[in-house]
Amino acid sequence: MTAAVVTGVAVAAPNGLGTDAYWRATRAGTGGIRPIRKFDTSRYPVTLAGEVPDFRPEDHLPSRLLPQTDHMTRLALVAADQALADAGVDPGARDPFSMGVVTASSSGGFEFGERELRNLWSKGGQYVSAYQSFAWFYAVNTGQISIRNGMRGPCGVVVSDQAGGLDALAQARRLIRGGTRLVVSGGVDGSICSWGLVAQMAGGRLSTATDPDRAYLPFDAAAAGHVPGEGGALLVLEDADSARDRGARTYGEIAGYAATFDPKPGTGREPGLRRAIELALDDAGGTAADVDLVFADAAAVPELDRIEADALTAVFGPRGVPVTAPKTMTGRLLSGAAPLDVVTALLALADGVVPPTVNVTPLPGYGLDLVVGAPRPARLETVLVLARGHGGFNSALVVRRAGA
Amino acid sequence: MTTHEHAEFTLNDLKRILREAAGEQEGTGLAGDIRAFTFEQLGYDSLARLEAGGRIERTYAVALDEDCLNDTTTLGELLAAVNRRITEAHPARP
Amino acid sequence: MNGTTDRRGARGGRRAVITGIGVVAPGAVGTKEYWSLLSAGRTATRGITLFDPAGFRSRVAAEVDFHPEDHGLGPQDVRRMDRAVQFAVVAAAEAMADAGLAPGEADPHRTGVTIGSGVGATMALDREYRVVSDGGRLDAVDHAYAVPHLYDYFVPSSFAAEVAWSVGAEGPTTVVSTGCTSGLDSVGYATGLIREGAADVMVAGAAAAPISPITVACFDAIRATTARNDDPEHASRPFDRTRDGFVLGEGAAIFVIEEYERARRRGAFLRAEIAGFATRSNAYHMTGLRADGREMAEAITRALAEARIAPEAVDYVNAHGSGTRQNDRHETAAFKRSLGAHAYRTPVSSVKSMIGHSLGAIGSLEIAASVLALAHDVVPPTANLHEADPECDLDYVPLEAREHRTDTVLTVGSGFGGFQSAMVLRSAA
Repeated sequence: MTAAVVTGVAVAAPNGLGTDAYWRATRAGTGGIRPIRKFDTSRYPVTLAGEVPDFRPEDHLPSRLLPQTDHMTRLALVAADQALADAGVDPGARDPFSMGVVTASSSGGFEFGERELRNLWSKGGQYVSAYQSFAWFYAVNTGQISIRNGMRGPCGVVVSDQAGGLDALAQARRLIRGGTRLVVSGGVDGSICSWGLVAQMAGGRLSTATDPDRAYLPFDAAAAGHVPGEGGALLVLEDADSARDRGARTYGEIAGYAATFDPKPGTGREPGLRRAIELALDDAGGTAADVDLVFADAAAVPELDRIEADALTAVFGPRGVPVTAPKTMTGRLLSGAAPLDVVTALLALADGVVPPTVNVTPLPGYGLDLVVGAPRPARLETVLVLARGHGGFNSALVVRRAGA
Repeated sequence: MTTHEHAEFTLNDLKRILREAAGEQEGTGLAGDIRAFTFEQLGYDSLARLEAGGRIERTYAVALDEDCLNDTTTLGELLAAVNRRITEAHPARP
Repeated sequence: MNGTTDRRGARGGRRAVITGIGVVAPGAVGTKEYWSLLSAGRTATRGITLFDPAGFRSRVAAEVDFHPEDHGLGPQDVRRMDRAVQFAVVAAAEAMADAGLAPGEADPHRTGVTIGSGVGATMALDREYRVVSDGGRLDAVDHAYAVPHLYDYFVPSSFAAEVAWSVGAEGPTTVVSTGCTSGLDSVGYATGLIREGAADVMVAGAAAAPISPITVACFDAIRATTARNDDPEHASRPFDRTRDGFVLGEGAAIFVIEEYERARRRGAFLRAEIAGFATRSNAYHMTGLRADGREMAEAITRALAEARIAPEAVDYVNAHGSGTRQNDRHETAAFKRSLGAHAYRTPVSSVKSMIGHSLGAIGSLEIAASVLALAHDVVPPTANLHEADPECDLDYVPLEAREHRTDTVLTVGSGFGGFQSAMVLRSAA
C-alpha cells in the first residue's frame, strides 16, 4: 500500500510563529500563554490565552485577501505557503488535479462571525458583509488554501472538536492512498474573541487561573482546566514514491490511525481512548512495544486525565512509555492542537529529543512517565499522538521515521 | 457609522471604500486618476463589488442596482451614478 | 471526499450499501411523505415564518413543520440540540428503524457516525449571540447570559455526538463540513470508512437548519437568494429562464450504510449501493464558478470510473440545480463535458425546485431522492420550470414526475469554497 509521508511542515503557535521559532522555544520549554491582548477581558473570569505573536498578515498576504478572511484563515494561508516552501514544492508547476487540501476546523472564523453578528443585531441586516457567507464557515481554510495554491484535486474538512486535526491527516492519507499525489493537511484554528471566549467558557473546561505558569496543568494535583489558544500546523503529505522520486526530504510517515467514540454518558462502558490507541497501533502494523513516545491529549480536567492515564497504562503498562504534553506551552489550539503535536513529534524524531511538559508536577497516581522540566534526549522511531474532543471523540495517530 | 446624505461622492471616497472592502490588486493599485478603469481591470470580482456597493449604499443612503456594479463598469460611471442618486434621494433644499 | 478509490473498486474489496433511510424535509417529515411530495411535484417553499423577515431582501424559504415532541424529544433535548441536530436525531431514528436495527444492536465498536453540516448550529448561535450581546448593544458579550450548551453550538461536532448517542455508535465519528457539498461528502466519507474496514455500519447523512437572520442577511449581501417574495410557492426555479437565486431550505437525511456482505447475511433490504464517489475543487473563487464546469466534470468522471460504468449507464442525473444564474449553466456544462451526448438523453432534475437549498443537508436529501427514484423507477421533476434558459438545454423533467426505468443514478453537488462532488448510486437488491 502507498505510504503517506510528510515532506513539509509549518507552524503558527503561541510560543513561536514559524517552525524554527516554535521548535527553539518548545525544546527550551518556553511557553506562550499570556494575558489576552486582543480584547478587554476584565469582565471575564478567564483572562489567559495562547495568542500567536508578531503576526502581521499584510507582510505575507495580498491586500485583496485581507478583508475577506478571519484571523485564523490568514494564519492558515501563511502556514500553507510555508509548508509548501518547506517541502520544496511549487504547486503552480504541478497537475492541479493531483493536489488536494484537507483541514480540520472547530468553530470556523468565529471572530469574523462575531463582527457580522454584531453588525446584524446592532445596525441591521444590510450591514452584514458580503464575505460573511464563507469567511466564518468551517470549510473556509480548505477553500482558501486550494484557491491560493491552485489545488483542484479532492478537498475536505472534518470537525470533531479537538480530535479533528488527526482525522484530517487520516483523510489526507486516504486520499494519497487513493491516488492523489499531494495533500496539504492539518489545522490552524482559534477563536480568541469575546464571543469565542464566552462560548469556550460555556464548555466548562477553561482555567480561571491568572498566573500563566499555573493555568494549564494536566496530570497535576492542581489541574483545573486548560487555556485556550490559537494556531496550529499544516503539513504536506505525499505518497512515498513520488517524494522519493523527486528527492524530497521526508520527516516521517503517517503510519497508523484510528478513531473511536465514547459510550453515551451513564452507560458505564469503558471510554474509547484505549481502543483508539490499540486500533491505531494495529493499523500501523506495530505493537505497544514499538512506541517510543506518546503526545498526550492532556485535558487537565482530573476525570479526563484519569481516563487518559488509565488508557496509557493499560496499553503500555505503568510508566511504560515516555509521555509528554508540549501543549502546556501553548494552550489548546482547538483543531490546530493535534496537527501541531504531530509536527512536534516529527521534529522530535529528527532531533532525538523529547520536548518537555512545562509547569506540571505529575501526580504519581497516574502512573505516567511524564517528561517534565527539561527536554529528554531519546532515540525515537515511532511516536503516538492522541487527541480528544468534547462529547467523546478519540483519535490516535502513529508517526514513524520514514523507511523505519 | 455616519451617513453622508448630502456629501458628494468623490474618487477618493471610492478608493477608500474599495481599499477597506477589498484591498488593492498587486501591480495595479489605485493610484492616480483611475476613473476610466473598469472593476475588472482593477482586479475586483463580484464579491468585491458587492461588498464595496453595500458600503456605498449604507454610507450614502442610496440604493444601487446591479448595473452600477458590473465588471465592465468604470469607476467614473459608478461615481456618476452614485452622485446622481445622492441628488435624487436628497434634493438640495431651497 | 474521495476515499480509498483505486485500492478498492466496487468489485474488488468491501462494498457499501444503503439499508435504511430517514428524512426530515420541508413539507415532508418521513421518507414516505418525502417521496409523496417529490413525486407529486409539490413545492414546499413559502414566506419565512421562523422569524420576521421584514427588511430582508429575500423573504422566502422552504421550512419544515417540525414538532420535536411528536418525535420523542423532551424539553431538555430541545434545549440542548440546535434545530438541525433535532432533525438529525429524528431522521437517524427513522433510518435505523427502516434498516431493522435497534439502537446498539449492531456492534457499537464497529458502528460509526458521519454527519454533514455546512453551517453548524447557525440558528442557535444567532439566537444566543443576540442574548449575550443584549440585542447587539454590547460589544463585549456577557458570559452571565450564556446557556450551558453554547459550546455544543460553537463546535458542530456535537451533531455527530448526538446521533452517535442516539444510535449507540462507538466507532469512528465525525462531522464533515464542506459547505453545500457536506451532505454528499459525509456519505462519501462514511463509504470510505466501510470500504477500508474501519467500520461495518455507518449512520451517515447531513442536517441543516440555517433559516435565521444572519444566514438570510449574508446571502442577501451577495444576492445569491431569490427576491421573488410575492410568489414564494414558485420561487425556486432551477434551469428556468426567470430564475433569480436559490431558496434557503432546511432538513436532514440520514442513512444506515452497511458493508454489503454483512447486510446480505442479516437479510437486510438493500436499497442501493454507493458505487462511486469523488470530489474535486475549482480552486477558483470562494463563491464563483468557472463557466466550463471542468472540476465537476472531473468529479463525475472519476465517480463513474470508480463505479466501473460508462456515462451511458446513467439512467438519471439528480442535479445540484440551485437556481442561481451561474450554477445552472456551470452544471449543465459539467454534464455535457462528462457524459457527452448522453447528457442530452438522460433525465436531469433538481429537487431544490420543491424543497429549496438546505446548504449542508441538501446533498443527503438528494441522495435520498435518488435512492427513492431507484426504488420506484420514477424520476422526480424540476418544479416551476416553464421556460428553460437557452443555455440550459438538457431534459430537466419539467413540472411532472416521470416513470423511467432507473437502475443507476448520478447525484452531484457544488458549493462555496469551490467543492464539487459526484456520487453514483445503483440498485443493489
